[in-house]
Amino acid sequence: MNAQPPTLLERILKGKWIGKGFLLLVGLVVVWWVGGKALQSPSLFLQQIINGIQLGFVYALIALGYTMVYGIVRLINFAHGDVFMFGAFVSYFSVGLFQLHLWPVRVFPGLSPTAAIILGTVSVILLSMVSCAILAITIERIAYKPLRDAPRISALITAIGVSFFLEYFGALPFVFTPNFITYKRPFEIVTWYVKDGIHRLEIGTEAPPGSVIFSNVLIIIIIVSLILLVGLNYIVRRTKIGKAMRATAYDKPTSRLMGINVDGVISTTFAIGASLAGAAGVLYATAYPQVVFWMGIIPGLKAFVAAVLGGIGSIPGAFVGALIMGQAEVISAGYISTPMRDAVAFTILILVLLIRPTGIFGEPEREKA
Amino acid sequence: MRIDRHTLGFWVVLLGLIILVQVLVSLGILSPFWETLLKIGAVMAIVSLGLNLIYGFNGQFSLGQWGFYAIGAYAAADVTYRWTQMNNASGLTVLFAAVALVGVAFFLTAKLVARLRGIDPLSAFALYIVATLIAAVIGVQIGIALIAPVTQLLATLPPGLALQIVYLIAVLLGGCLAAEVSYLFGLPVLTLGSDYFGIATLGFTIIVKVLLDNSDTLLGFEEMKGARGMVGIPKTTSWFWVALFLVIVIVLLRNLLHSSHGRAIVSVREDEIAAKAMGIDVGQQKTLAFVLGSLFAGLAGGLYAHINGFLHPNTFNFIRSFDPMIIVVFGGLGSVSGTIIAAFTWALVLEGFLRILLPTGFETWRFVVYPLFLLVMMLLRPQGLFGGFEFPYLRPVLPRPYVPETEEQVALVHAVEEATEGD
Amino acid sequence: MSKKFFALASLLIILSLTLGACAQPRPATLKIAILAPLSGAVPTFGVSTRDGALLAIKEWNAKGGVLGRQIEAIVEDSQCEADPAVNAANKVINQDGVKFIVGEVCSKASIPVSEIAEEKGVVQISPTSTNPNVTVKADGTTKQYVFRACFIDPFQGLVGASFAINELGAKTAFILLDQGNDYVRGLAENFEQAFVEKGGQIVGKETYTSSDTDFSAILAKVAEAKPDIVYLPDYYNIVNLVTAQAKEKGITAPFLGGDGWDSADLDRAAADGGYFTNHYSEQDTRPIVQQWVKNYQAEYGSVPDALATLAYDATNLLLAAIQNAGTDDPAKVKDAMAAIKWEAVSGTITFDQYHNPIKPAVILQVKDGQIRYVTTVAP
Repeated sequence: MNAQPPTLLERILKGKWIGKGFLLLVGLVVVWWVGGKALQSPSLFLQQIINGIQLGFVYALIALGYTMVYGIVRLINFAHGDVFMFGAFVSYFSVGLFQLHLWPVRVFPGLSPTAAIILGTVSVILLSMVSCAILAITIERIAYKPLRDAPRISALITAIGVSFFLEYFGALPFVFTPNFITYKRPFEIVTWYVKDGIHRLEIGTEAPPGSVIFSNVLIIIIIVSLILLVGLNYIVRRTKIGKAMRATAYDKPTSRLMGINVDGVISTTFAIGASLAGAAGVLYATAYPQVVFWMGIIPGLKAFVAAVLGGIGSIPGAFVGALIMGQAEVISAGYISTPMRDAVAFTILILVLLIRPTGIFGEPEREKA
Repeated sequence: MRIDRHTLGFWVVLLGLIILVQVLVSLGILSPFWETLLKIGAVMAIVSLGLNLIYGFNGQFSLGQWGFYAIGAYAAADVTYRWTQMNNASGLTVLFAAVALVGVAFFLTAKLVARLRGIDPLSAFALYIVATLIAAVIGVQIGIALIAPVTQLLATLPPGLALQIVYLIAVLLGGCLAAEVSYLFGLPVLTLGSDYFGIATLGFTIIVKVLLDNSDTLLGFEEMKGARGMVGIPKTTSWFWVALFLVIVIVLLRNLLHSSHGRAIVSVREDEIAAKAMGIDVGQQKTLAFVLGSLFAGLAGGLYAHINGFLHPNTFNFIRSFDPMIIVVFGGLGSVSGTIIAAFTWALVLEGFLRILLPTGFETWRFVVYPLFLLVMMLLRPQGLFGGFEFPYLRPVLPRPYVPETEEQVALVHAVEEATEGD
Repeated sequence: MSKKFFALASLLIILSLTLGACAQPRPATLKIAILAPLSGAVPTFGVSTRDGALLAIKEWNAKGGVLGRQIEAIVEDSQCEADPAVNAANKVINQDGVKFIVGEVCSKASIPVSEIAEEKGVVQISPTSTNPNVTVKADGTTKQYVFRACFIDPFQGLVGASFAINELGAKTAFILLDQGNDYVRGLAENFEQAFVEKGGQIVGKETYTSSDTDFSAILAKVAEAKPDIVYLPDYYNIVNLVTAQAKEKGITAPFLGGDGWDSADLDRAAADGGYFTNHYSEQDTRPIVQQWVKNYQAEYGSVPDALATLAYDATNLLLAAIQNAGTDDPAKVKDAMAAIKWEAVSGTITFDQYHNPIKPAVILQVKDGQIRYVTTVAP
């Protein structure tokens, strides 16, 4: 367009370093700001990191459902957060109304208390996972399957519709009621503090200054999440259905030609994703003991952002993205400004996307034949 | 000049309906309940037309429309608030000067960037940010200097007229501000892939909402009162104004879509690579659609702010950002007529008829019925209520489709179809 | 196709006309509209409000109504949001011909409704909206037709602060608030001001948002600051989450809050040791209080919360004002309302020049699963 030779200024401006430098500058300011505050109290900083880990692992379980479904049908399943809510409510009813967590004590009176609690908690989680899986398959069959060949936006609007429906139907007085309900945990909470070794912290007493506190909820969340993650990885990498899922994600028509039951695979994916959300629902309600019909919206959104951050469609990406989100949230709540933490989370997301347009672990978008 | 039948019919029906509503409102037959809903319907139609341009015609999956709507609403409200409650034109002059200078800065930076072909979007973005900041600071200073003379000038007019003038300029400035923000935000973000673009724009909406929640502390606009809600905005938006803006937006959109720019915009949606091969500057067309769509959203926001005379950040919550998307899909992607009808239907049914028809004790069922309706709608008519239907006047003029005649041509078409199947 | 559109549009208009025309029959009953957020983010508040207001109407009807006419309640869902609240208010005023409105719960919905009420000369009483702009215009004058039944923020903040300093001997306080909730923000700001004026020190102030469930980051800072008292003037749902997590973080400082704590759903184990300011105490021996708690329990099977109580009081105030005015002319009713002195559940109420109620506050303590009465503070 312009025939003039570039001037010196133009030659300087032309390098990519302006954009990179700009981002670097923003990053440095944040690191300097947070770092300066963090150094004032290292124990508080460590405490915040631990809080972030707890949050991050729960997000990871929800994010996996988003990422798996997206990977296969390219649908942003907005109803996923509400499936998570459903899981939390199922566990609320099973613990509060039917006392499912106490069955080992009733059936095997001789069982050691620890084993009974573990068995009880595991059965509560399993029940929620199964219920969520059934719910997700139902939703998939009724709402998404008929739209498989429709434009993607129709499926997206349907997902939003399903989400609204689950929320407002759940809010009806004879379903989940619109109330905030205090959640009863399937086990008692135990807290420890770390200062010159690990000590038990009695409820109602203060930990000594400079100590870091953690509870059995954190440990349970980490253990359960890791077990589920390893299990999921095994299913996706080592089993036949996992192979079918990967094939379907890669190329649907060809998979069908190869004799894969694509509809079955898609249903299974929804079911697995939903069961992880169900487990996340139980863990989340255990950590933050309150259930209400809209509780899935915000964690769902955050987990979704985590999935995109990590590269939507990628399982390790969802995990890493969720851990980053968890840290970003508590760090911004702790050191920047709590009301701004959603803004901070999204700013991070946008910045990461600018550097890596398909997320951290995302594969570059390829043209689908 | 000869006016063809379709154009005439369209205008007669459109203006007839608008005048009919105006007459019914003036006679008091149409109660304020329905009048407000019609105004909201028109506002939603403008927002959704903007989104339809971005998503329906240009194929950019944007959830940011609601954020630009919020920017337009708050900017316009602040201008009229300062005029009515603080009795000066500070909002008007400062915003005007800033918007104008930033516009100039964009123009100059665009020239510089055009000279630097090959500069990456991120670096260009950094240049734009710097230019914007400088221009905005100078603009604010000029604006402050202009406050006294402009206030005096407006004070010579009758108060009613002055308010209408301030209001009109405020709405326009709100739209321009939204457009400029969208230009700046779109620069780096429009390079993202479709779904990633959607998420980034959703993030934009959320960030705007959070900033508005803290508008009095973080942004320093005392009168916006953050999460307490902004009061004292004059209720100047009458049916006349919303109808006027709706007509302007429809005509603008129609003429754009009938121009070569419009065809370029549509071609980007159809196939980016093919469009590029045809010599279309894809990035430029995306920016054009995005900025114009956001301009419409900003205008609608300004109109909305003066309907109830009250603004609260919660109105601009991300969950409601799906409303324009639902309207666009409901009316049919890439259908101007469908979007307009869907917006009015949406407002009148959801807030109007459902309120009246649902029996006592079933008030909350409105939002159980609504998603069910959405689901059934999507299952039965995934292409939207009106699909690709357009009123003849709005119908784009496209070259006639290729009709194969000889056997060889038919075979060729088949071969091409088979080869491109599964897209 | 354009014919079809025209037909559709004219159908809509004709339909709305007929609906508009048949909406104004001569009322044999006295219509009262209840605007409550039955859906949206806080439907549980809406349900309490509706139940409290309906109970008041039921009691009046059992006594023969007001002015010899039975009272008809028209409930509308206003979602705690500006737009739906405006539509609901327009609907009850224009379509149902209502002249009296009880509601809305949230200030962000009550403010736009109050503008319409003022314009149309419809008497509105909000049970729970604390924002000053509900009853006062942007230019500082009082809205003639708009009243409220709840405390406004300065009084409750002041009561909380003096109680913390004088009775609890607190020297340092940590404030937790939701920047997006004007009720919380108003209380927190006024508490802070009063606490500092009385010689206390604010050692920290942290904000959260209403959708947060994880408070670990800000509670870690509270634990670090070791204040004498933590001021948390939010609704019980947030209080339940924060106090439960605070216990786990080893925070022993007592929590202090406002009337939002008053609910049967308050987690009394988690909030144990906390104090809150309220309108009344269930243990109050005044017969009207005992009668209210008993009737509510008989009707709905649960203990009334603050929202139900205030809605009950607001409805009673409105009906009493109509009774006093001797007519259903809103212009006269609003004058009767401004001059009223009424024995309500939350104390004897009169209105000040800004249409805010003047009534005493009580301080309650959560202890061992009970809500204990501590003291009464007169305005």
